[in-house]
Amino acid sequence: MAQIRIENVRKEFGSFTAVQSSTFTIEDGEFFMLLGPSGCGKTTTLRMMAGLELPTSGQIYIDGEEVGQKPASQRDIAFVFQMFALYPHMNVRGNISYPLKSQGMPSAQVKAKVAEVAEILGISDILDRPVGGLSGGDRQRVALGRAIVRDPKAFFMDEPLGALDAEFRERMSEELRALHDRMNATTVYVTHDQLEAMQMGDKIVVMNHGVVEQFGVPQDIYDWPATRFVAQFIGSPPMNFLDFEGMIGAGQDEVRLGDATIGVPRSVDGRAGKLTLGVRPEHVRLDDSAAYRGRVLATEYLGTTQIVTLETAHGAVKVRVPSSDPVTLGATTGLRFDARTITLFENDHGRALTSEANRRVLGHG
Amino acid sequence: MSFSVTEASGRTKWIAGILVVGYALITIAPLVWIIATGFKSGPDSIAYPPKVVFEPSLEGYVNLFTDRTRATEDMLEEAGPPETWYDQIARDQGTIITGPSRYGERFLNSVIIGFGSTALCMLLGTAAAYAFSRFRVPLKDDLMFFILSTRMMPPIAVAIPIFLMFRQLGLNDTHLGMILLYTAVNLSLSVWLLKGFIDEIPVEYEEAALIDGYTRFQAFYKVVLPQAATGIASTAIFCLIFAWNEYAFAVLLTSGTAQTAPPFIPTIIGTSGKDWPAVAAGATLFLVPVMVFTILLRKHLLRGITFGAVRK
Repeated sequence: MAQIRIENVRKEFGSFTAVQSSTFTIEDGEFFMLLGPSGCGKTTTLRMMAGLELPTSGQIYIDGEEVGQKPASQRDIAFVFQMFALYPHMNVRGNISYPLKSQGMPSAQVKAKVAEVAEILGISDILDRPVGGLSGGDRQRVALGRAIVRDPKAFFMDEPLGALDAEFRERMSEELRALHDRMNATTVYVTHDQLEAMQMGDKIVVMNHGVVEQFGVPQDIYDWPATRFVAQFIGSPPMNFLDFEGMIGAGQDEVRLGDATIGVPRSVDGRAGKLTLGVRPEHVRLDDSAAYRGRVLATEYLGTTQIVTLETAHGAVKVRVPSSDPVTLGATTGLRFDARTITLFENDHGRALTSEANRRVLGHG
Repeated sequence: MSFSVTEASGRTKWIAGILVVGYALITIAPLVWIIATGFKSGPDSIAYPPKVVFEPSLEGYVNLFTDRTRATEDMLEEAGPPETWYDQIARDQGTIITGPSRYGERFLNSVIIGFGSTALCMLLGTAAAYAFSRFRVPLKDDLMFFILSTRMMPPIAVAIPIFLMFRQLGLNDTHLGMILLYTAVNLSLSVWLLKGFIDEIPVEYEEAALIDGYTRFQAFYKVVLPQAATGIASTAIFCLIFAWNEYAFAVLLTSGTAQTAPPFIPTIIGTSGKDWPAVAAGATLFLVPVMVFTILLRKHLLRGITFGAVRK
């Protein structure tokens, strides 16, 4: 098992730059998520780590060794493809044993190893079946079996649950996480599903347009997004953005939105002009005495909570409140923001302004 | 009344069945007639009205494989009584066998040249198609078009230049020359067809094999080739049928040692009157190898081996 280090990795396809310049470190034994919308460069980044694409520039270290320009077969890693890519002309046993055969392992040993892996994954009874007729979950398990049978340095998974039905996804995501915890293997996992990333990952890299937007543990990324993109991409519904013209000085802890004064974490940066106030739906309360006003446009019932959409002077705001709170459509009410949780963004690049609250997170982001 | 989009009604099925059987009869009739003519006697083969029921005879096959001459009294006396059954058949026609004909040789030439060029074509075509399908080849689209353009003119238009080139290179009337020529002609077709088949094979299989510790070449022949079997089989059949039946080049570029069966069969007509049973026998035998080859590869043609292994 190994640490993986990505340094200034860049990938161009002709005139198109898929990955700008990525730098991050995946620690030994981590379950690491590469998260982003489709086309953001996450899969390309993973394929470069695996050796299926060669980086245009930059270094990739696996276990301290620079492997950037080495072919996949020399990197000792395993890859689980979204479409599984089980060899259709072999049965389950053939598929799982294939990586061992390439190492020239004696057949008795191969047999024992395959049996052991099949036991772990609970597929001992289908070893001699052709892969064609298997269910989605079983194919996924066979693909995992082929990956773990070799005890590689790291596992790379490209949206491995993407091809599964909803009912299997939940189960397989639990199985995957349990498998990881049992083997304690460095795992890099690509997904566009922020819930999956938050649920399963030890750490997350969020990418957009070939750029690493933020890198950290799920809670930091959720609470203290480094950019507007991250704030919007993570969370459902996403963070609310209130665009306003104003200023905040270094050391100040409030901003003026129209007539209302809103408390924010004490700022480290100072900035004037177009700013955005970001607040998560669960950090807003409906309070008729609050100065900042909004009119109720809609409510969505979600069981224990409800999402209330209000129209304010700075755009629509979604608020998550207990379902028991009475809300009247069309009524005007006050909104109270939790001052400790607010992030301010500058409007040029959508970067978060540093405050005393998010300094720890943005410092190494 | 119930109506189904996917399930045909009983009457539709009957009409479809009749159409299919009718089409099959139309297609098979000439073939059956040729095979039947091969087993007729000379007079029966040209009888009018045509004979559907006749007494079978091996005359055509004997005539196909032998050279004969019209027998005079002296010759018959000299030769003595017929020694074998085919001697007997020749004598019954008033002829005497002077030796084996060239048909066997020509047939063997066809086998060597047809299968040789097909094999070479598959080897080169698969490699080229794989490269075109998987690698970033500069000017790929132009090259693919250029390859296909070799088939855009009639063979006869290039026959004279090829004849001159072959004469310079000493390839006229050689097996190697004909194999190279048919390979060159078929290669465009096989590259195009095979590229289509290989494009259909998801690249993930090879990537999985690369990750599993195999080299690119191993991934190609252990993972791609087995899955391209269907495509290779059908392309091989097309190539073989072309090379097997090709007439124009064969008649211009071969005359002796490397002559294939197609230019030879018509010469049978000329040697001793219109010997239709012998021509039909030659054509019948000529069909056999392609038929056997097609039947052998049939299971590959029908098998969808990638079914279900990758979800799309």
